[in-house]
Amino acid sequence: MATRHQKTLARLMVAPSVLLLLGWMVVPLAMTLWFSFQSFNLLSPGMEQFIGWTNYKYFLSDPAFWTAMQNTLLLVGGVLVITVGGGVLLALLLDQPMFGQGLVRILMIAPFFIMPTVSALVWKNMFMNPVNGLFAWLAKSVGAQPIDFLAQYPLMSIIVIVAWQWLPFATLILLTALQSLDSEQMEAAEMDGAGAWAKFTHLILPHMSRAITVVILIETIFLLSVFAEILVTTNGGPGYQSTNLTFLVYSQALLQFDVGGASAGGIIAVILANIVAIFLMRMIGKTLE
Amino acid sequence: MARKTSNARRWGFTILAWGVALLIFFPILWTILTSFKSEADAIASPPKFLFFDWTTENYTEVRARSPYFRHFMNSVIISVGSTLLGLLIAIPAAWSMAFQPARRTKDLLMWMLSTKMMPAAGVLIPMYLLFRDWGLLDTRIGITVVLMFINLPIITWMLYTYFREIPSEILEAARMDGATLSSEIIHVLTPMAVPGIASTLLLNVILAWNEAFWTLNLTTSKAAPLTTFIASFSSPEGLFYAKLSAASTMAIAPILILGWFSQKQLVRGLTFGAVK
Repeated sequence: MATRHQKTLARLMVAPSVLLLLGWMVVPLAMTLWFSFQSFNLLSPGMEQFIGWTNYKYFLSDPAFWTAMQNTLLLVGGVLVITVGGGVLLALLLDQPMFGQGLVRILMIAPFFIMPTVSALVWKNMFMNPVNGLFAWLAKSVGAQPIDFLAQYPLMSIIVIVAWQWLPFATLILLTALQSLDSEQMEAAEMDGAGAWAKFTHLILPHMSRAITVVILIETIFLLSVFAEILVTTNGGPGYQSTNLTFLVYSQALLQFDVGGASAGGIIAVILANIVAIFLMRMIGKTLE
Repeated sequence: MARKTSNARRWGFTILAWGVALLIFFPILWTILTSFKSEADAIASPPKFLFFDWTTENYTEVRARSPYFRHFMNSVIISVGSTLLGLLIAIPAAWSMAFQPARRTKDLLMWMLSTKMMPAAGVLIPMYLLFRDWGLLDTRIGITVVLMFINLPIITWMLYTYFREIPSEILEAARMDGATLSSEIIHVLTPMAVPGIASTLLLNVILAWNEAFWTLNLTTSKAAPLTTFIASFSSPEGLFYAKLSAASTMAIAPILILGWFSQKQLVRGLTFGAVK
């Protein structure tokens, strides 16, 4: 039984991390909120003044915002569909009897440990480059015209790069879940004459649902703020075709020095993330019980 | 009873899985191979896969032309430093939440995780301005502290998950046997807690090593870790594929090996033990 003394001690031990995280969240957020109502440009210091909702009006009526918003959703959604779908398939494959399973797993998991700037540069130069990339060579060797992926399909190309980085993560988590499936249950289902598809939909998929939830949660946290891949490959372009919200705020603040406008964008990004977070936290809250 | 598998079936899956695995691994393999080519061989068409003159001159040149070692050390200091700092703060918190849970402990943990959901874009500007005013831009201390904050919720969660699995009966039994507090800590608690702490350390070093948003925005040269260093190759210099590949290989090799080493912990750690 915890005594009063122990309880106090426990609180004291938790306090530093709570206070630090609270400060880390509240201080910058309050500042961002404050800036978002100011006319504030780094190029004209000393000219700051309160301008009400103007920044928000400009930011929300800027077509770039809607493009960035759409790109953010496409990026997160696209990568989630590819990695969860592909992850389920790869996990099923890796669960089959084979030679060298350990090595196969090690090769497949590798992209997850590659830093985003490296993977972006490797894909951009050595694969997607229209002159001497490997894809261009493949296209030419079958007599097709090479495609300049990052200029013609910038967002799709970035989705491919990011999905390549996250597919291993989904595969590993889903494989772990799959391997904890009760084999007796599977055999019982086989005795009852369940086919492969029936086993998949009635046994395997429900068993993996918790793992899928976790994969979606973790990936969403990281995918909402994809940045390096865009900076290194397309710089958000052409136009705004591959700009997501994170990149838009960055370019407004640190390239155009418009702190006020960027802050309004930051607040909008926070609100959006919170809407997503509410759903996700409910999901994970149930999962972790 | 284990199912009998025909040899043909096993070979079929083996070939299929190896094919897919090599396809996924190929960009990394290609980078490593290219790093040993001359620049001419690196852009040769048709591409040279294995039959080229192997050379290590790219590695020599990358190290000669740029302060590679300094960036490497920055990466080490920043990722290890931020993780240790995080552990220092998180160990007591996770410990008391696991063994003295209060009514609101679960909510508190959820709230901590929710700070991870705050988009970096929302706090970039104040952090940048504070860093500028405090003279922390491009300093190791500044970026270490920021990465500590980024990973603190995950460190706390992971430790909590590991600690919670230590049965409290063991503590009570040790106490019954007349163990003193210090011997309890040294002989009972520490050996059970160390594996969890080690896994947390490993995984967070990997996460911090690869973190790019904050390092790209808050460092330029002096404190720049490898993420920022590699990004500088996106300038025309990046067109030198062999050198880019050598620098990339040097940047990813240590963390790739560490990652392979800790793939089992990765599952437990990043899913908070929800997937076993």
